[in-house]
Amino acid sequence: MLVTKKSLRVLPGFTLSLGLGVFYLSLVVLLPAITLVLQSLQISWDEFVFYITDPRLLSSFRVTFLAAGIATVLNLFLGLLLAWILVRYQFPGKKLVDTLIDLPFALPTAVAGLTLSALFAQNGWVGQLLVPFDIKISYTFIGIILAMVFTSIPFVVRTLQPVLEDLSPEFEEAAETLGAKKRQIFLRIILPHISPALMIGVALSFVRSLGEFGAVIFIAGNMPYETEVVSLMIFTYIGEYNYPAAAAVAMLILITSLLLLLAVQLLQNYYGKRHSRR
Amino acid sequence: MAVKNFTKKSVKGILTLLAVSLAFSASAAQEILNTSYDVSRELFVTINPKFQQYWKEKTGEDISVQQSHAGSSAQAAAILQGLKADVVTFNQSTDIDVLHQKGNFVSPDWRKKFPNNASPFYSTTAFLVRKGNPKNIKDWGDLARSDVKLVFPNPKTSGNARYTYLAAWIYANEAFKGDEKKIKEFVSKVLGNVVVFDTGGRGATTSFVDRAQGDVLLTFESEVNLIRKEYGTDKYDTVVPKISVLAEFPVAVVDSVVKAKGTEKVATEYLNYLYSPAAQDVLASFFYRIHDDKVKVAYAKQFPELKLVSVESVFGSWKDVNDKHFATGGILDQLLRQAKQ
Repeated sequence: MLVTKKSLRVLPGFTLSLGLGVFYLSLVVLLPAITLVLQSLQISWDEFVFYITDPRLLSSFRVTFLAAGIATVLNLFLGLLLAWILVRYQFPGKKLVDTLIDLPFALPTAVAGLTLSALFAQNGWVGQLLVPFDIKISYTFIGIILAMVFTSIPFVVRTLQPVLEDLSPEFEEAAETLGAKKRQIFLRIILPHISPALMIGVALSFVRSLGEFGAVIFIAGNMPYETEVVSLMIFTYIGEYNYPAAAAVAMLILITSLLLLLAVQLLQNYYGKRHSRR
Repeated sequence: MAVKNFTKKSVKGILTLLAVSLAFSASAAQEILNTSYDVSRELFVTINPKFQQYWKEKTGEDISVQQSHAGSSAQAAAILQGLKADVVTFNQSTDIDVLHQKGNFVSPDWRKKFPNNASPFYSTTAFLVRKGNPKNIKDWGDLARSDVKLVFPNPKTSGNARYTYLAAWIYANEAFKGDEKKIKEFVSKVLGNVVVFDTGGRGATTSFVDRAQGDVLLTFESEVNLIRKEYGTDKYDTVVPKISVLAEFPVAVVDSVVKAKGTEKVATEYLNYLYSPAAQDVLASFFYRIHDDKVKVAYAKQFPELKLVSVESVFGSWKDVNDKHFATGGILDQLLRQAKQ
């Protein structure tokens, strides 16, 4: 027979790279996740309920999710703005600004937290300017939001940049010739095009903010029931040698993050189908 | 062909590197790791060279002492998870007990291995206030006032802070003659006045000194005086209350590690050295209270008299303290909740 049974692949070495890729993913992602699940299974259901209904932990969930939510909304607008400026405009020092966007990725989060708390404390450079207005940033809820915005904004910017760059000008130009105003062009043409990337960036930003520890604890104040975040609670449980409780709480955060990312993926697929139908 | 050559070259390179590093490690001095609590950095920076000199004179060997500093519970957790510490110098005995309970890193009778319940030095909780004591803070009672803001670390993560909490309780226990409702009310008010809960002693120091938070910093007497010395006696004042908690600083050799490394002798000698007059002198100069009778006399002026109450005498065992007060949902959590309302 002249027809070969082996299917032709466009990419050479596909099976090997797939195998290696899955192996690496398993090591880095699946193994810790499975360990986490196994650790958390060590506590009985009653104990689990006891920890989950602890008002201090519930408060920390409230604080963390609320702060992450607000930070993510801020990142949505700020990140979009930053990406837009970096793609659509030329100005001296543009490359420098572009590199600085990656600073939160490169900086150890503890350093980020320390510098932010020093800057925004009441005797810090920025903090002292706000004292006459009676605005406190360090050691308050606002400080948490600030830390989360700082560490998560690169996610939004970096996921948007390539998509914005790819956006060919012909659609906008066509719309303009047909009489569309700038606002209409943005809302009807550009936004739908970038919304998948925007959604992913926003979801990543939210998930990252949920788990942020180093940057947050230096600026947060860590007052129980007020400015204590979930990652600090997990740290506290570990300090009490209560690894199962720590693992249980960590697993909750993990599941929330996974569900959120899954939801975004599904939304993307839905949007993708809608787009391609045109 | 090129691939084969490359592999040959890299194998040669790796073998050379291995041989060189082995040669280096063979000639390197013996090394021990002292895992300590957060605020003892400067102390051991001063003591370690003295010990190196002492050991060289005694045995002719070179010894290098590495240090690790963090909250003492975090350190104990690190050792449980594999940190190869030869000795531990902590600020709470519970953190050494857990090393025995969870994996037999130390022997059950570690307290008897060194004098004074394996505590070469001790301290207590004192207050650091701004110069001139503008809020007129004289004793524990003042800490519950509504116009006073406090800074001390998070009792959940810091041994230092746990002592502060217990000291406040001890004061209230005496002031209110054991009336538990009044004691809880007092401690709750104190907790409610805290401005920021850092994870460790140094974090709290930074918040008080560098970020100008709060009116009074509650930490070990040694740290209070050290801050004053470091940042200026013209900026801060020390207030030592009339009654406070006895904070013993226990030390232990991590048997499983030293047996594997072969450093048992030098590790034990290192801890014994902390009781020697030379080391006790250094400890006293760092404002730690010591047991050595002769050295005590020279430093008597810098240690005000106060009533030191041990944790065991008021609360029972440390295990009881942890279960009743510091565990999740315990008294500390309840009082924090009360303070918010």
